Amino acid sequence: MNELPQQLANGLALGALYGLIAIGYTMVYGIVQLINFAHGEIFMIGGFGALTTYTWLPGGTSLLVAIPLMIIGGAIAAVAVATAAERFAYRPLRGAPRLAPLITAIGLSITLQQLIWAFYPDAKKAVSFPEFKGESFQLTDNLYIQRADAFIFVLAPLCMLALGVFVSKSRSGRAMQATSQDRDTAKLMGINTDRIIVMAFAIGAAFAAVAAVAYGLDKGQINFEMGFLLGLKAFTAAVLGGIGNIYGAMVGGVVLGLAEAMSIAYIEEIPGMQQLGGGAWANVWAFVLLIVVLLVRPQGLLGERVADRA
Amino acid sequence: MRHRSLLILTTVITTGALTLTACGSRDEGKSTGGSDKITVVIGVDAPLTGSLSALGQGIKNSVDLAAKTANKTNEVPGVEFKIEALDDQAVPASGQANATKLVGNKDVLGVVGPLNSGVAQSMQGVFNSANLLQVSPANTNPSLSQGDNWAKGDLKRPFASYFRTAATDVVQGKFAAQYYYNDAKKRKVFVVDDKQTYGAGLAAIFSEEFKRLGGTVVGTDHVTVKETDFSSTADKVKAAGADSVYFGGQYPEGGLLSDQIKKTGAKIPTMGGDGIYDPNFISASGESNDGDFATSIGYPVEKLDTAKKFIADYAAGGYKDPYAAYGGYSYDAGWTIIQAVKAVVAANDGKLPDDARKQVVEATSKVSFDGVTGKVSFDEYGDTTNKQLTVYKVEGGTWKDVKSATFED
Repeated sequence: MNELPQQLANGLALGALYGLIAIGYTMVYGIVQLINFAHGEIFMIGGFGALTTYTWLPGGTSLLVAIPLMIIGGAIAAVAVATAAERFAYRPLRGAPRLAPLITAIGLSITLQQLIWAFYPDAKKAVSFPEFKGESFQLTDNLYIQRADAFIFVLAPLCMLALGVFVSKSRSGRAMQATSQDRDTAKLMGINTDRIIVMAFAIGAAFAAVAAVAYGLDKGQINFEMGFLLGLKAFTAAVLGGIGNIYGAMVGGVVLGLAEAMSIAYIEEIPGMQQLGGGAWANVWAFVLLIVVLLVRPQGLLGERVADRA
Repeated sequence: MRHRSLLILTTVITTGALTLTACGSRDEGKSTGGSDKITVVIGVDAPLTGSLSALGQGIKNSVDLAAKTANKTNEVPGVEFKIEALDDQAVPASGQANATKLVGNKDVLGVVGPLNSGVAQSMQGVFNSANLLQVSPANTNPSLSQGDNWAKGDLKRPFASYFRTAATDVVQGKFAAQYYYNDAKKRKVFVVDDKQTYGAGLAAIFSEEFKRLGGTVVGTDHVTVKETDFSSTADKVKAAGADSVYFGGQYPEGGLLSDQIKKTGAKIPTMGGDGIYDPNFISASGESNDGDFATSIGYPVEKLDTAKKFIADYAAGGYKDPYAAYGGYSYDAGWTIIQAVKAVVAANDGKLPDDARKQVVEATSKVSFDGVTGKVSFDEYGDTTNKQLTVYKVEGGTWKDVKSATFED
């Protein structure tokens, strides 16, 4: 049986998830040059917000009705926390040396995890999330698409398209571009840069919430530490694609996801590499790829070489 | 503005640190204050937070119940038992730090824990050099008690202070292989493990026994702890044409793996060891775990006559978390320490001798009582002599026991 199409689909679904989360890293970095390490936790909070919304819905609500509401609920929670974090944790440090907000982000990440752990009912272990019921879609003999994967295949391009149009066409989007090019000059031109920065955090959080709903629907569970590892992978995807570039985030995510799936499936079939294949080495190969890409293109796949202000 | 935030931050951190140290010193002060009764502290080390906290809280509460029961019935006259529970978060380095802390408290005469074999490795040496008794309710890796060369038949006990009430993976892995081959009539198994001391060890023992019986291992893979996307591995299982899966690891990864394998359309069961025998294996990943198996040590606690009192007492104790998979073994581990202390105190005219720790370790090898999980006693390696095992199956969203037997090699 040829499992290549199936493994490609797996990698693509995983990569799209990384990409959606990576948007948050890349937008914030593009505008304030801050690596928001708490973004993984924003993703996690989006998941818990969606779950809370689901529990508020009357029993027996069809998932098709529930999912849009869950996305909205999750996005509200994620955006609220992200903008609050921006206002109270990052804004006071805006003039500070770069390391200060970075450490703050790490502290915030731990704080958010522990808050959910301590105060969300039953969140000390994984909590169940509504799952798609029913069989997967069979496209060909050896290609099955899970319902949750189909969900992300539809949603991820839509989100990207919407974001692309917003950034290039709308007034706020162009203000965002201006701010990312030069914050001080943008301010002189009458752009309210504080508002733009909040907007970048909010958009990233909303995308993370979408990703969290897709994740929950797929895995059937969410837990308070799920943001850590996924956040790290998404950050990697953002760097791989060229941090600061929104399309780069999605490309980086997909490349990373495909690399993981391929290395799990095929590395061990290369003669002499049996010991280096399988799930145990997937992360190693993903990072080997990252290093190789950064050696050839230090700015990432779609990144632009910018004067580093660090 | 910036300086003010920094000041506030520093103040908060300093206050926090002071509060913590204050807690520490108060604990130590308490014991010396006891006038008529000697206080003996039973240390507990388990993951009290994190994804394995369901098991860890069960361990802590069960030991607490053992200590309270001993105090109530005056099991050891003149001795009051207390527990000191530390959180290792299933991280070996935390376990080692906790072990050092427990050794430093001179009232600690025995420690129950840890949950994870990998954590135990980092604690054994610390306890052994301090002659402090350690009884694990859950470690199943054979090398902990039988030395690194146990697989070659060269059994050598590395640490005299280490005992356990759980049977080893040798017993469990072989029992699982025999069940798959003889009872479930499986012939082609795919083996996955999580690369940890417990999971990889268990998977290796299972594979060897399954092959010895005549079955085939059609493929192997490894997953990384805390990862959640195993769809590529699941598709490999399907492509390999396996009729069953064996998973060496813990329930967070096990539940997701089983779920994702079934979502590929492969209708095959997953079996694992006591690490996946937990309600969360089922609850946290939908309802598609039906038909999965787990082995666990001992007979179902609910079915043992000896355990009825434990279950009733636990319910009466008002603990927030259930006793989980290791409750009975933890109670027995705690009771082992109490019995050892009792023997030492009785031999010394009702007082604790100066070298109490050393004598407690020596007394433990002679301990024998009817515990929650059956007869509790230890062989020359510190392993339990109780080799009863049970196979559980997921049916309708709960674990049902399908076969209980005493293991025979």
